[in-house]
Amino acid sequence: MTSKISFRDVTRTFPVNNGAFTALDGVSLDIGEREFVTVVGPSGCGKSTLLALAAGLDEPTSGEVTVDGERVTGPGPERGMIFQQYALFPWLTVRRNVEFGLRLTGLPAAERRARATHAIELVGLADFADALPKTLSGGMKQRCAIARAYAVDPEVLLMDEPFGALDALTRVQLQDQLLRTWSAQRRTVLFVTHDVEEAVYLARRVVVMAARPGRVQEVVDIDLPYPRTEQMRLSPQFAALRNRVWNAVYHQPPAAARP
Amino acid sequence: MDIGVPGESKAAGGTATGAARATARPAGRRKGRSVPAPVLNVIALVLGLAVWALLAWRGVGGLPGPLAVARRGGDLLRDGTLEGDMVASLRRVLIGFALGTALAVVVGFLMGWYPVVRGLCEPYIQFFRAVPPLALIPLAIVLMGIGETPKIFVIFLAAFLSSVVATLQGVVGVDRTLIDAARVLGARDRTIFLRVVIPASAPFILVGMRVGLGSAWATVVAAELIAAQEGLGFRMQHAETYYDLDTIFVGVIAIGVLGLVMDRLLLLAERRITRWQERR
Repeated sequence: MTSKISFRDVTRTFPVNNGAFTALDGVSLDIGEREFVTVVGPSGCGKSTLLALAAGLDEPTSGEVTVDGERVTGPGPERGMIFQQYALFPWLTVRRNVEFGLRLTGLPAAERRARATHAIELVGLADFADALPKTLSGGMKQRCAIARAYAVDPEVLLMDEPFGALDALTRVQLQDQLLRTWSAQRRTVLFVTHDVEEAVYLARRVVVMAARPGRVQEVVDIDLPYPRTEQMRLSPQFAALRNRVWNAVYHQPPAAARP
Repeated sequence: MDIGVPGESKAAGGTATGAARATARPAGRRKGRSVPAPVLNVIALVLGLAVWALLAWRGVGGLPGPLAVARRGGDLLRDGTLEGDMVASLRRVLIGFALGTALAVVVGFLMGWYPVVRGLCEPYIQFFRAVPPLALIPLAIVLMGIGETPKIFVIFLAAFLSSVVATLQGVVGVDRTLIDAARVLGARDRTIFLRVVIPASAPFILVGMRVGLGSAWATVVAAELIAAQEGLGFRMQHAETYYDLDTIFVGVIAIGVLGLVMDRLLLLAERRITRWQERR
């Protein structure tokens, strides 16, 4: 498997008033082309830092992050990102939000419009194209943010707890919608969550991280076929995998002293 | 819905649960019987006028009555004095305000965007914020003479100082995630500034402008103490010399009404421009 995103011995420390906080400590990880990988772990394990590094919003203190073999030096439209707090521009309508990235590419207006319309239809917001974000529910806001990311057609989707602020029902609906679009146009997805069930349901591989210092604890292969269904969610195999990930997240041995 | 008197449950709101409705009932009842706010406002105005008329009738402090003041207002309007004074004062306020807020927006943005500019400007801004603009009038006269310049300068300073901080706070307070979202979509600094930072801080800027207008208007009367030939402040000063209370009252009312109208216009613009904001 060719690797799309690659973390090579990545360490990120943040200066704090009495020394340094190690958010990531020597993390190495490879995400395959068109692979769906979820990252789960306790708070402070550096899972959001991992995404910020891949997005180019942050730089490693040491080590290297590469996408397609190229070192990441900043953000780029080939890597789309979805934030937990939606990050919609509240003064723009749904359509104008979705067009934001397209305008920067210098696409002709007609083409821009067509692509925005397509992305909005894909997430089922056609009836709300001219609505302001404040009139939308949390789930609709996140669908708009997803449409905005899709519109620029990125090869990589980086998702930072995108469904964390939504109610359980909406979360399940958006998970299924995300898997449907992923099956149709396979992108590489790196998805951070604190929800073990979500991590197992979506991914082909679950990366379990540990905190203080942030590191990879275990990588669990999810050998369930796609498309994932409700029956699968209720199956014994799913329960077994979920338990395994759960144990890896919640019963972590303390960090070994590094030589 | 079926508990209590029909009118009451309606006032307490149909969605409340039984328990919540029981506690909400007193508030609901008060709301149900309350008079709309505009009616209350008018009643307050009428009452105020009545009290004023009563005090004047009893001869408290040589106070002129509402009728005398209205008559004087009419006279001053007819001979063009009031209009000329209002135009002169408004002109000063608007020029000072426009220059002050325009500079405040530019300086506020630069301070918020470049830490170096902030570090250089901050001590001066903080210092002059501690000095009431009126205290600079003597200095302004000495440096700029007694023409229009010192008056407009003092108003300008008042408007600038009160809105520069609001703009700065708006720029500094722009949600980091919005900037990250724009960067991930491929936006560079220029685009982020024009299409994210400016719209995101617009509500703060508009609040700053309202505060700025308030202080500009508050400063005009005092600024017109500087050897003015016309203006509402000048007119009141002049009337004071002749113990002309009627004219002083006309001046006070004209200043209040004009200030209120300008504030409402700005509020209207603010509502329009920041319609996208979530209001609580």
